[in-house]
Amino acid sequence: MAVTTKPKKKTAKKAKASSYSKETYLSWFEVMYRIRRFEERTLMAYGQQKIRGFCHVYIGQEAIAAGMVSALTSEDKVVTAYRQHGIALSRGLDSKSCMAELFGKATGCVKGKGGSMHFFSKEHNYFGGNGIVGAQIPIGTGIAFAEKYRKTSNLAVTMFGDGAARQGALYESFNMAETWDLPVLYICENNGYAMGTSVERTSSVTDIYKMGQPFNMPSEQVDGMSPEAVHEAMTRAAEYIRSGQGPYFLEIKTYRYKGHSVSDPAKYRTKEELQHYKNLDPVKAIEAKILADKIASETEVKAIKDAIKQELDEAVKFAEESPQPDPSELYTDNYTQEDYPFITD
Amino acid sequence: MSRVLTLRDSLREAMSEEMRRDPDVFLMGEEVAEYNGAYKVSKGMLDEFGPERVIDTPITELGFAGVGVGAAMNGLRPIIEFMTWNFAVLAFDQIINNAAKTLSQSAGQYRCPIVFRGPSGAAGQLAQQHSQTFESWMANCPGLKVISIVDPADSKGLLKSAIRDNDPVCFMESEMMYGLKGEVPEGEYLVPIGKAVVRKEGTDVTIVSYNKSMELVKEAATKLEAEGISAEVIDLRTIRPLDIDTIVTSVKKTNRLVVVDECWPFAGVSAEVAYEVQKYAFDYLDAPVTRVNAADTSLPYAATLVEEYMPNAAKIIKAVKEVSYAGV
Repeated sequence: MAVTTKPKKKTAKKAKASSYSKETYLSWFEVMYRIRRFEERTLMAYGQQKIRGFCHVYIGQEAIAAGMVSALTSEDKVVTAYRQHGIALSRGLDSKSCMAELFGKATGCVKGKGGSMHFFSKEHNYFGGNGIVGAQIPIGTGIAFAEKYRKTSNLAVTMFGDGAARQGALYESFNMAETWDLPVLYICENNGYAMGTSVERTSSVTDIYKMGQPFNMPSEQVDGMSPEAVHEAMTRAAEYIRSGQGPYFLEIKTYRYKGHSVSDPAKYRTKEELQHYKNLDPVKAIEAKILADKIASETEVKAIKDAIKQELDEAVKFAEESPQPDPSELYTDNYTQEDYPFITD
Repeated sequence: MSRVLTLRDSLREAMSEEMRRDPDVFLMGEEVAEYNGAYKVSKGMLDEFGPERVIDTPITELGFAGVGVGAAMNGLRPIIEFMTWNFAVLAFDQIINNAAKTLSQSAGQYRCPIVFRGPSGAAGQLAQQHSQTFESWMANCPGLKVISIVDPADSKGLLKSAIRDNDPVCFMESEMMYGLKGEVPEGEYLVPIGKAVVRKEGTDVTIVSYNKSMELVKEAATKLEAEGISAEVIDLRTIRPLDIDTIVTSVKKTNRLVVVDECWPFAGVSAEVAYEVQKYAFDYLDAPVTRVNAADTSLPYAATLVEEYMPNAAKIIKAVKEVSYAGV
């Protein structure tokens, strides 16, 4: 397949002032508020040792999930990393099956086999949370390969963090996707830290969107605290990709308010820095905007909050009351072959 | 009816037949298309199937293995060719962490029907990095199936089965044996994964092997026959799952076992075969299980060192005489 010369390189654009419908604003608020409250319940349950293992919450990054919902279709495929509860919920996985998964229950979205890092839902075109940093980048590229092979108009959204942007897998994937014009939307959720190591300490190139440029891939930096900005950038990218011109790369600047995982006290950053970003809290900001611009009434906003509170109460109850997987499930889903002769002695 | 084909021709027939049968099957790898394959296995396939289904990749084993995994999760059936399994080491993250685990992680929602194939094992004086075997590495990992074979007829039938299988399969060939000739049946046939085959019946000792070491075993068995030792020769064909029943049945008859396995000895295929036989045929053994492996070293370049490192017929005959207490 030939490489074509394309008009490339766009710089970050500011979001337009509230030019979206009431429904759009309320749906963004709902997605973001659900994620925030889900993650708070997750941390609470982790503290009670009802959730175990590695657990990375999405608090602070919610606007990315929200902007993606409005910009993409449900037929688009999504694969991401292990900080994935928020993306999974935004793609339509229900909070009951996600909370049950965190509790390691048989009713979880992957029957208690994946836990916090590995939600999957074929029904929602959600290709999972991947626990190996950057490994999902070639996988998303291959998901896109299959879409092109079948001549669909779907995208493969391939999400990763700033840490994964330093993996060789990214360069290998960018090169193939651009050479073969694959319909893949690469999204770097740059929250500033690869575990405890800041972006500045991992590369001389700290504007990660520039990593697309050596491959002639159109690349932008986006304000990840604004669902409007995320929506607009993803809409531009999706149009470009669906027109058959190949991949697109968005670096979305965001921030996580909690540590890398539940066990991380995040001592590598200052209180002042954290406070600066908390002042930009995307969940608070969108609620304030909806009320200040009179997009919806306080009663309408409260109705959404109340419904989500009830939904999450039910999710936690469901997770607590659900059965654990039967030990015999150990031998299912390793092979599709039903009579596979496992070594058991 | 059958005709004589080389291993490379039989492998090509398997891939081409499956690509004609199923439009979701495609071939991807380094030099597979315009160059016709580094070892000419895919010769002519670009002409027949076009560049959308026979795809040259950049030299990015990790990347294109991952592209294959993603494509398989999204419903296609990739054949990923590694120029050699030595280079597949770069892709192990995708094979071990993703291809093998996707079904489990997704609790059965996402299958990964993919074939990773290429030559495994030493191929002359290629020195340390180009001479390794990977059967025991890959067979250690649940979620994968592993086939290692050079017999042209069975290779064709097994590769077709591997392409149709809904689980990820690592398929291992041999650079030195791509020109190996054999009778290959006309028409459609499959060889089942997970079944060994008795290549030669015998009464005095069982020799188990696979891939190109089978040629050494056949040579040794012929010489042993002339000396009055009747060897039963088993070609494993599939490493995982291991067909232990065929081995145990044979050992119960011969009471002696030599495993010829080009893997390194530590935790190699031979170690697993020996474990299974002591477990299931302990009372039938008249001698300790013995093995002929590659040396427990890296493989250097010089011819004398290659000779010292590799299994050969003389080493096999010596091992058989040891388990037969026949004197050496």
